[in-house]
Amino acid sequence: MRDTPLSNCERLFLLKAIKEKKRLDGRQTYDYRNIKISFGTDYGCCVVELGKTRVLSQVSCELVPPKDSRPTEGIVFFNLELSPMASPAFEPNRQSELLVTLNRQLERCLRNSKCIDTESLCVVSGEKVWQIRVDVHVLNHDGNLMDAASIAAISALSHFRRPDVAIQGRDVTVFGPEERDPIPLSIYHMPICVSFAFFLQGSFLLVDPCEREERVKDGLLVIAMNKHREICSIQSSGGIMLLKEQVLRCSKIASVKVSEITELINKALENDKKVRKEGGKFGFAESMPKERITTLKRDEAPVEMTDVKETADDIVQRTETTTETVPSPILVATGTAQIGEGIVNSWGLDEDEDDELQTEDRKTDEVVVITDSEEEEVVILNDQKSKKTSKQK
Amino acid sequence: MAGLELLSDQGYRLDGRKATELRKVQARMSVFAQADGSAYLEQGNTKALAVVYGPHEIRGSRSKSLHDRAIINCQYSMATFSTAERKRRPHGDRKSSEMSLHLKQTFEAAVLTELYPRSQIDIYVKILQADGGNYSACVNAATLALVDAGIPMRDYVCACSAGFVEDTPLADLCHAEESGGGTALALALLPRSGNIALLQMDARLHQDHLDTLMEAAMTACKEFSKVLDSVVRQHLEEVSDLTRD
Repeated sequence: MRDTPLSNCERLFLLKAIKEKKRLDGRQTYDYRNIKISFGTDYGCCVVELGKTRVLSQVSCELVPPKDSRPTEGIVFFNLELSPMASPAFEPNRQSELLVTLNRQLERCLRNSKCIDTESLCVVSGEKVWQIRVDVHVLNHDGNLMDAASIAAISALSHFRRPDVAIQGRDVTVFGPEERDPIPLSIYHMPICVSFAFFLQGSFLLVDPCEREERVKDGLLVIAMNKHREICSIQSSGGIMLLKEQVLRCSKIASVKVSEITELINKALENDKKVRKEGGKFGFAESMPKERITTLKRDEAPVEMTDVKETADDIVQRTETTTETVPSPILVATGTAQIGEGIVNSWGLDEDEDDELQTEDRKTDEVVVITDSEEEEVVILNDQKSKKTSKQK
Repeated sequence: MAGLELLSDQGYRLDGRKATELRKVQARMSVFAQADGSAYLEQGNTKALAVVYGPHEIRGSRSKSLHDRAIINCQYSMATFSTAERKRRPHGDRKSSEMSLHLKQTFEAAVLTELYPRSQIDIYVKILQADGGNYSACVNAATLALVDAGIPMRDYVCACSAGFVEDTPLADLCHAEESGGGTALALALLPRSGNIALLQMDARLHQDHLDTLMEAAMTACKEFSKVLDSVVRQHLEEVSDLTRD
């Protein structure tokens, strides 16, 4: 499915607004949208909302043999997926340019800057190392996926805990989360991407472009920095012609933005840790706003329901037991009929002429079994008749 | 790599160059007759082949043609034997796709695509031997191939890589310097106007050193443009001599 094309009126209006240094949602040129970071119930799960852009990140770990070239280092693997729920233009299982760009940018930003201590992930050199896997899913696309993905990935890595491992000689013991507390990863610094969109051959510059601004832009420059003012990655794309002064100015703006975002991430992590320690509620559901039209979440009313449930269970059991008594007479009748047939069979083995009579008796017995208990007396009479006939002979 | 010393105390590098010296560049144009433009470039031990099939009709699906300009299709590949360890490199892996995308964006900025509406320009680049600076070798080879094909461009697109070791910027990194884990900056420049067509940087570098590093890379690109210009002029002299006879 294709995106809805952008009209010329909208394009011209956007460019004119950018010339006058105005943005559609009222932000300034160098402002980010409202960033919201929430963590899931499990460690290593994180959702980042950058305005309307939503990105989910989940970190998992596994013990694997290491690579031959680096036997003492763990493996960190990044995967970013553009699901069709983010935008109708994203088709599943299709390697588009945007997917390649985002994946490679995320990999270079987080791996090549050495933000995670991979040597601390080694358990047995050459045999067992931890493999950390970061999966980033884009849930809603409203522009600036790179910034949201990098914030989600680094927040999830900071939030993640791996199981504790004990080594004695050759024995390696992995403990579950109930036996021992899981251990956080060793993270040196937090690289965060900042995107700059250029308009009108690089004359105008915007931070954090939304989806419409991304469709109007000429080029994009992504600078990944940490709060120590170290540049981890720079990537320009879109075929824009830049000058050196523009890149230097962008790096100065990026250092300010990265400091703010790093402070926000640390605050979110501290809040989550505090809530978990105090035994409060955590997870995605708790961060949803209450009592809104689109949200079916409200405070639970204190109504006692356990006794009601037990009473209902008793009532259900009584009705079941009463119905169970109904088929028992049939079973008794069936058992009695079986005994009668046995007697007849033992009589028939002595004389061969009575076989025909026995077959007739069997038919009548079958009829008796189906009907009520009144005809059981008839069965007894038939037995007496058969006895009389045998005595006469 | 504790044993290797990337920069000695006297200011010499591993292969005997100074910090801002380039490796020896040798290039030839019109390597293949069946292509519209072709070029072969050696940048030290890095060898790159570029082939350009000139503006032609859109092949395959016509829905991707643009009514106002040409589209540029780039494909980057490395030979299996180009590195020390043999790797099967399918065309679809992420690094090749990313490199193809970078080349495409670089030449979309430099080639005057408005002159060829509803057309397609194919650029195929292959690395025969990789010894660092793969991207810059590809860009320089593709520039020569485009010039050989007679496709109008704004300027030579010259690319160079730069590194930062012991507070000293190094130009035109080789493989040992790239894999040493230091900063690697790749920059494609249009030297007359000073416009940067593509900028890519990996690994950590403090912000205060960015100006110095970019300046060193741009200076190296201007040196490259002189080398490319001499190659093109020599090729034109040969061609004009042949036509004159």
